[in-house]
Amino acid sequence: MALADRNRVVVLEDRVENVSGADFPMSIDGQDVAFNLESFKDSFDIKIVHVTATEIEFDLVGVDASIANALRRILIAEIPTMAIEKVYMINNTGVVQDEVLAHRLGLLPIDADPNEFQWKRADSVPTDQNTIVFKLDVACEVDRSAAAGETDPKKKYINSAVYSSHLVWDPKGDQEQRFATKPIRPVHDDILITKLRPGQAVTCELHCDKGVGKDHSKFSPVATASYRLLPEIQILEDITGDDAELFRSCFPPGVVEVVEEQGVRKARVVNPRKDTVSREVLRHKQFEGKVRLTRVRDHFIFSVESTGIIAPEELVSKALDVLMEKCDIAKAALARAVKSSEEDE
Amino acid sequence: MDPPQLQPYQSQPPLTKPQVTTYRCMRCRTPNEIKPREPIRCLDCGYRILMKERTKRMVQFEAR
Repeated sequence: MALADRNRVVVLEDRVENVSGADFPMSIDGQDVAFNLESFKDSFDIKIVHVTATEIEFDLVGVDASIANALRRILIAEIPTMAIEKVYMINNTGVVQDEVLAHRLGLLPIDADPNEFQWKRADSVPTDQNTIVFKLDVACEVDRSAAAGETDPKKKYINSAVYSSHLVWDPKGDQEQRFATKPIRPVHDDILITKLRPGQAVTCELHCDKGVGKDHSKFSPVATASYRLLPEIQILEDITGDDAELFRSCFPPGVVEVVEEQGVRKARVVNPRKDTVSREVLRHKQFEGKVRLTRVRDHFIFSVESTGIIAPEELVSKALDVLMEKCDIAKAALARAVKSSEEDE
Repeated sequence: MDPPQLQPYQSQPPLTKPQVTTYRCMRCRTPNEIKPREPIRCLDCGYRILMKERTKRMVQFEAR
């Protein structure tokens, strides 16, 4: 296999080949391609493609899938946030049952800096250092000012729907001063919690704790954190004339362009990133042997979408901190294991 | 000497207040106080479907 092909996953019409990496000693023609810090420093690269308030896309180049996957899993499951954990229901006469309502409340993202709070252990009592308290007190009634014959419940009744904006933060201890610049509130104001009709009411007190996604996904700071491998379209033989147009139509817009070179129309790959690797091109007889679809094995296109509690770029750096912490634990444990086995000898 | 007069153990059952529970009529929504063995019927409109009121006590739930 050619050297460049070693880190390519080859997509064929009925199967995917060359899936596993070969970055271990003597795997290819006796060459040493094991992990090496110096060569890693040379080849490793991070490119930020775009950042918005809730989303980041970046390229992680030159690492093994295990590292990229560790980063993804930490983003989903091991970055702490605050979320509603205890619901003290005083009254709920709406159609949504108490436990279902409690579950729905738990999933609301709460805009509070988790670094400002301590972990609440099973035996610890709630304090202003580990708990945020919200109050929810909504009652529905008929709107007397509504026009007769009005059918829209939103106009006919007052508080016909309970939204996350109805949650009222109840600061405890010095929380009011600590969070004076950024009062604690739900990230979004327009999340529908439940619906009410005249005479129905919901009254409850909500306690938020600090937690991580591996305990319950309500604590996960990301909506999605995923990666894909960079697609690559290799044109092995020139594709010209009408075939070039057909070739272009096999890919999403913007992936392939038809250019004119010395009076000959020719297909050229311009942006393989946009490709969905649909394999449509492999269905056509005229392209047989002229094209190869591959993916670059060590080029990860990461996409992280935050729930709005922590900025997306901050999420990635936090995830890397967690990963480093884990490495320290593993290093210490390894050192201990090596030491004890030496003592045994 | 006479032995001390022994008090008979509860000559009469203690006066217990008959259990009164409030139910709400499903048709006219008026609260009805109903005692055991009483017919289940709204005193106001005669409707026979009544709904027990929710407990006034606080109930704790895990938001999971």
